[in-house]
Amino acid sequence: MVCKIVEESFEPFATLEKCQKEIFVNGAKVGANAIFVGTMRDFNDGESVESLFLEHYPEMAEKVLSDIRAEAVKRWELDEALIVHRVGRIYPGDAIVLVATWASHRAHAFESCRHMMEILKSDAPFWKKERLKEGERWVTKNTSGVTSL
Amino acid sequence: MQIKIKFFASLAEIVGCRETVITIEGKETVESVWIQVAGDRPIPDGTLCAINRIHCEFDKEVKNNDEVAYFPPMTGG
Repeated sequence: MVCKIVEESFEPFATLEKCQKEIFVNGAKVGANAIFVGTMRDFNDGESVESLFLEHYPEMAEKVLSDIRAEAVKRWELDEALIVHRVGRIYPGDAIVLVATWASHRAHAFESCRHMMEILKSDAPFWKKERLKEGERWVTKNTSGVTSL
Repeated sequence: MQIKIKFFASLAEIVGCRETVITIEGKETVESVWIQVAGDRPIPDGTLCAINRIHCEFDKEVKNNDEVAYFPPMTGG
């Protein structure tokens, strides 16, 4: 499992451990493992958010995730890369996305993990609709992936 | 030519349609196909499109059996 879209809630670190065992049959003795886990906030744009629905374009989303992973593996010196993305009804605290990379050295692991996440945010066809105390609304933009520090 | 059209997220609500098939004749682009399906509704700012699951521009010509999709900017992750 290197790219997967899941409809049920998943525990990211259990998923990571399971994948790592599948990917590295003899144990992950690779030097560096970078991990990003995105989870649902219970607030956005000044309002409490009760849940959200993550819609996707299934066939295109699978292709885009696969392409993002393939490009990263080609560009950086990676032993492996993993993307898991949730769809459907999601509640605060639930994991939405897991991106993980394995490499001999941290530079390749860190950079590729961040790059994959940023490209996923802009290119992968997923859309969030938030359920508020009163009514629903589409999320129309992503927050920045960089700080001003 | 038969073209499969898909709308996602807020665009599906705006157009009132998630998926349809239209028959066209002659040269058509992603933009002109929108007009055929959505009528007077203008293409919302920021709308993106794809042909056969690959991002494209609105002036891209459509071909027989293409799957044309319209969607707002992505907000996954």
